[in-house]
Amino acid sequence: MAEYLLEMRGISKSFPGVKALDDVTIKIRPGTVHALMGENGAGKSTLMKCLFGIYSMDAGEVWFHGKKAHIINANDALHKGIAMVHQELQPIQERSIAENIFCGRYPTKKILGFTFIDHKKMYEETEILLNEVRMKFNPKAKLSTLSVSQMQSVEIAKAVSVDAKVVIMDEPTSSLTENEVEALFKIIEDLKNRGVSIIYISHKMDEILKISDDVSIMRDGKYIGTWEAKELTTDMIISKMVGRELTNLFPPRENVPGEVVLEVKNFTSISPKSFKNVNFNLRKGEILGIGGLVGAQRTELMEALFGIRSTVSGEIIYRGKHLKIKRPQDAIRNGIALLTEDRRATGIFGVLSIADNVSIASLDQYVDLHLILNHQKIGKLVQDNIAKLSIKTPSSKTLIQSLSGGNQQKVIISRWLANNPDVLILDEPTRGIDVGAKYEIYVIMAELAKQGKSIIMISSEMSELIGMSDRIMVMCDGNVTGELSSSEVSQENIMSLATKFA
Amino acid sequence: MDKTLNKNSILKLVENNAITIIMIIMVIVVGISKDNFISISNFKNISVNTAVRFIIALGISGCLITKGTDLSAGRIVGLGACISAILLQKADYGSKFFPNLGELPIPLVILITVAVCCIFGILNGVIISFFKVPPFIMTLGMQTFVYGITLVFTGADPIGGLRDDYTMVARGTFLGIPYLFIIAFVFGLVFWLLYNMTKHGKYMYAVGGNESAAEVSGVNTSKTKIIIYGLAAVLYGVAGYLLAAKAGGASVNTGYGYELEAIAACTIGGVSTNGGVGKISGILIGVLVFELLKSSLQFLGVETSYTYIVQGLVIVIAVALDLRKYLAKK
Repeated sequence: MAEYLLEMRGISKSFPGVKALDDVTIKIRPGTVHALMGENGAGKSTLMKCLFGIYSMDAGEVWFHGKKAHIINANDALHKGIAMVHQELQPIQERSIAENIFCGRYPTKKILGFTFIDHKKMYEETEILLNEVRMKFNPKAKLSTLSVSQMQSVEIAKAVSVDAKVVIMDEPTSSLTENEVEALFKIIEDLKNRGVSIIYISHKMDEILKISDDVSIMRDGKYIGTWEAKELTTDMIISKMVGRELTNLFPPRENVPGEVVLEVKNFTSISPKSFKNVNFNLRKGEILGIGGLVGAQRTELMEALFGIRSTVSGEIIYRGKHLKIKRPQDAIRNGIALLTEDRRATGIFGVLSIADNVSIASLDQYVDLHLILNHQKIGKLVQDNIAKLSIKTPSSKTLIQSLSGGNQQKVIISRWLANNPDVLILDEPTRGIDVGAKYEIYVIMAELAKQGKSIIMISSEMSELIGMSDRIMVMCDGNVTGELSSSEVSQENIMSLATKFA
Repeated sequence: MDKTLNKNSILKLVENNAITIIMIIMVIVVGISKDNFISISNFKNISVNTAVRFIIALGISGCLITKGTDLSAGRIVGLGACISAILLQKADYGSKFFPNLGELPIPLVILITVAVCCIFGILNGVIISFFKVPPFIMTLGMQTFVYGITLVFTGADPIGGLRDDYTMVARGTFLGIPYLFIIAFVFGLVFWLLYNMTKHGKYMYAVGGNESAAEVSGVNTSKTKIIIYGLAAVLYGVAGYLLAAKAGGASVNTGYGYELEAIAACTIGGVSTNGGVGKISGILIGVLVFELLKSSLQFLGVETSYTYIVQGLVIVIAVALDLRKYLAKK
């Protein structure tokens, strides 16, 4: 038995204009959790996609079980015993759990010489597999009826079913609640005990230090080094990732909350499962954090406030006036902005340029003679924002889809700043963003609050919630379960309110 | 190093403009082998044929850019052609549709034609936006519906004997340039301005690029789509008006199948069916590829039946070549 189960040696990969991977070598020991860390754009996902056969590498080789392995595509990787639980899960929503697990390699039986799918066997095997990942579910249940974490368990069951020796997990906990994370860690422990190695990509330091054996760090497409997890601390990892010392996680804040600008009364969703009787207010120059578990209906509440979702009752009083918000246009006209939770689904226009992405919500300001757009003014707006928020891009004509997550987020923030809003609702503003870019977004938030703008921030990251909010409102199951002023805030207080009905 | 870079960039240039380059080669080859291909009269002929199809393709491009489609285009063109032809028959024509109809002023007829066509386009847009009927199904229904209306209204009789001042628009020239060419050029210019210099244009690309994000950004997506489908039908009306003048008459089958040719031309010209992408110059190239191909095959003496086989191949090959650009990026 070789010392290493899997080795990737000297991997290089270029995309037009970027060297995404530059001579990267990592070695995975059998039966370990190997964390792969780096800022967004460091090349972690690209490396894994090379391993999994989604991308072809320009140079380098993969050694698996001490032999050189050629992986041509994802299916081939799966057959060789390498499985991947994706960053963005891509299950077939309208088919059953069993079919999702066995898709492409259904068990078959022969009747009169014809090959048919053996449904009975498929469901039985699925049941066994689901038990192994501690999930009690009907194998015939449609994937669309499961939660994200349950879908993830299905993916893991799939990995188990092919008897994978290496399982790649790309940000598996990004949309999980604490309990679900615990469950996932138990599954990981089980896998380890069978000698399976797990390559674990995550931005969450506490998780990494808790579960990994080895940690490899990448920066700008280069391999920095591998350490044993027990030798590392969060600060050490961060400084290796960014290549410099990061002293503060949060910028100093000089904002002073003033008078109440926005009051929400008795807000109740049209959907009985969603938020009900929500009351809260927001002050000028204040950062109001909204805490809660996934499914607490925080996003739904904010989207209703912005006019994307419908309510059956409720009042919005904005600067002493009643506001009727039926669609986003109404909210925007009144100086409210919403940075949505799912950047890709409801934020970016992937095929459009940065300029178009920045200007789309404020075009009214740049129309001459009621008709013709003033491209000069738009160009200035875009350039100003690229400079002000230090968006890293070759030009304003670059398509937004080619930027990293943090830069995309900054582009969307500048889209809203172009309207000069007074109230900014930021839904998970730093999700999937690396440490450096996170800090930059916090700086922007602090600066806006100082200017007297009011910010509502939904966040599932405890440290961010505590570190950035002047006041925290906590929700559970669609109800507001409490409000904590900065002196009352603690992780325990937030969690007890967030799980009040659990 | 420099040399390989150069070689690469040339290769890329060829790859990105494969369709245009093939088109140019085709013109040169046919031009050398056949005497009259490169001649003023043939180019006039091609430009006149291109003009009407370009106008229809312009109309349909907005639908495609917003991830929709418009299968009713050809039939609305047919309806427009019939309306114009009926209202502009010669006073002394034997089988006149409305025997007692006087000489209507041409601008009025254009207005009526365009207005009637526009109603159907707006209907498309409204139902697609508010009832969320998929554009494919909506416009498929509208295609049959409009055909039925044209049938009922014309009684399936062909309409001929058009006034000379009407057909002049298809025959006449200004400084040797066909009117049709000038009209198409003007429409192309107006649409270029619309797509690149107005809010509507930006909103259209945004809706095509990511409809949910457009909604969140305060874009009135319903209004945008209704304008797109309405405006498309306005162009179909204009195209119908011109087509009847060019053919010297109209029937229920005028314009039949033009929507598919227009969709193919747009796609060849780089309008992405995934939405959010498409340029006026591309649409022009797409339409030209088709017309030049037809003309070349005709000059080479290929039988009409075979030209369909070639056209079919060209659609698929052109789009496959175009998509290669994106595939290569993986």
